[in-house]
Amino acid sequence: MPKESKDGRPSYLVINADESEPGTCKDRDIIRHEPHKLVEGALLASFAMGAHACYIYIRGEFYYEAVALQKAIDEAYAAGLLGKNAAGSGWDFELYLHRGAGAYICGEETALLNSLEGKKGFPRNKPPFPAGAGLYACPTTVNNVETISVVPEILRRGGAWFGGIGREKNRGTKVFCISGHVNNRCNVEEAMSIPLKELIEKHGGGVRGGWDNLLAVIPGGSSTRLITKEISETVLMDFDSLRAVNSGLGTAAVIVMDKSTDIVYAIARLARFYWHESCGQCTPCREGTGWMYRIMQRMVRGEANLEEIDMLLDIGSEIEGHTICAHGDASAWPIQGLIKHFRPEMERRILEYRKQIAA
Amino acid sequence: MSGHPRKDFEQPKSFKFTPANMKLIETHIAKYPKGKQASAVMPLLDIAQNQNDDWIPEAAMEEIGHILDMPRIKVFEVATFYTMYNLQPKGKHYLQVCTTTPCWLAGSADMVKACEKHLGIKMGETTPDGSFTLSEVECLGACVNAPVIQRNGDDLYEDLTPENVVRVLDTLKSGKKPAHGSQAGRTTSMGVKGATCLHEQAEKCGIKKWYQGHHGQRPRLDNRGSQKIRVTRSWRRRVSDRDEMVVYAQRVKRWASELPCYQCR
Repeated sequence: MPKESKDGRPSYLVINADESEPGTCKDRDIIRHEPHKLVEGALLASFAMGAHACYIYIRGEFYYEAVALQKAIDEAYAAGLLGKNAAGSGWDFELYLHRGAGAYICGEETALLNSLEGKKGFPRNKPPFPAGAGLYACPTTVNNVETISVVPEILRRGGAWFGGIGREKNRGTKVFCISGHVNNRCNVEEAMSIPLKELIEKHGGGVRGGWDNLLAVIPGGSSTRLITKEISETVLMDFDSLRAVNSGLGTAAVIVMDKSTDIVYAIARLARFYWHESCGQCTPCREGTGWMYRIMQRMVRGEANLEEIDMLLDIGSEIEGHTICAHGDASAWPIQGLIKHFRPEMERRILEYRKQIAA
Repeated sequence: MSGHPRKDFEQPKSFKFTPANMKLIETHIAKYPKGKQASAVMPLLDIAQNQNDDWIPEAAMEEIGHILDMPRIKVFEVATFYTMYNLQPKGKHYLQVCTTTPCWLAGSADMVKACEKHLGIKMGETTPDGSFTLSEVECLGACVNAPVIQRNGDDLYEDLTPENVVRVLDTLKSGKKPAHGSQAGRTTSMGVKGATCLHEQAEKCGIKKWYQGHHGQRPRLDNRGSQKIRVTRSWRRRVSDRDEMVVYAQRVKRWASELPCYQCR
């Protein structure tokens, strides 16, 4: 983002608190327990990028979180930490809260900007990137709650402190959300690069029925490809390690599934999520997510042809990279992960269903 | 996508915001730069929905179009795009059950069955007396506290089981409001077994008990998001708890800064 706009357009900071990825609930905790961190971070980040106004776009379902955050903002205004000459710095800074209304797609930065402008949450074509022309066609930076909230702590303790956590290229701390079949579902802030097994055993209280009962893990929110137990034994929770196993860190929402899980249904339900939440702007995503969901629904019962497994992959690759935003890609990845690791299970169901029909 | 409204009920002929809400609307419009008042369409739709028994009639959209100087169709586009705007009347308690994968893994299917059995309706239906509407919703962002039910767009009932969901429904039936948040008694998203880190610091600080959860009534903002917050007694209590938590967090931070490693091991 340009430090100073030459044509006199104001700069904006927009904070993305529209947290809707299945499995993820980290921003919710930051906002309801420590909204002051976010307010302070917003001021610091805005000063650094020369923005006099910041909008926090919070997801509509988080009503009590919005109340807590609004209260923190009001308190900060009352204490002179925001507004004219914010915190005695000579910098004028306004912080506003904007509530969304339940659209997953508004977590995409350009869709969020459209929504903030009072339009439908349709993602925009890039370029122009928000840094050049974002909110009201002014230079804008969109950042996540977790990123902004950690700014004060980094400045207080120094970059070396933050850089000393985690391994090379994957520094810092991360809030992990552990959900699914674990004994102690919780949110926890941990160092990056913590081994997945340690994360589940130490904070998640172990897999329900013991580690050997583990079937698969979705390591970074619903959009990432699932990984099997064998991979989970050794993988580290960071960008590089998860990318190496063909998955991703995503939002660091760990969804654990034990052996009692109907894995095909679990992914079919995610396919339905993507179908429901597709904004309908690009044809490949609007139609493709529906196709994939309907095929997946039949796959759960086994009521399909063996060739349709490859067809699912085909549809996925046709959506991937052919849409304006990453929703299309995200809808294809969970299914690709399923087929990669659980193809025999899908085939078994199809053959079993055929046997039933023949009998 | 919430889609177009049904046609099988009567739309009111006109809609006017109350004077109190008009004031609120002004504060919302003032949040956005001059000439960009269209940004306030989402808060305005929300206010209209609150004023009108939790649904937005078409006349309200027209009124919002007038106030914000934008074409009615643009308001309609926004209202039909977002799922939290109800374009038709719902039951008094509009219950949305999350059934997305993390909730399903935590047993939302059984919970749904218990709800349906207790209310005597299926998903997507309203009870004959108009008190409950049951519907399915996509991820509500409380996956660690799954399964969850959302009531009228703001109260989340978390950590539900087929047993305690019946308790929640009965409380609603009796006309009371159950405490929102975890129904299993745990503190927000902390594990049922308690905190898994910062133990050492907590002990050094002389605080044995971690901040306990409060699921009592919190003040309802008049028309949500308003600048003014009514301070009720329970809220004051909550604020003092929060102060305690802040003091505790500061102590923990001080201890943590003295430790060689950030991690509390």
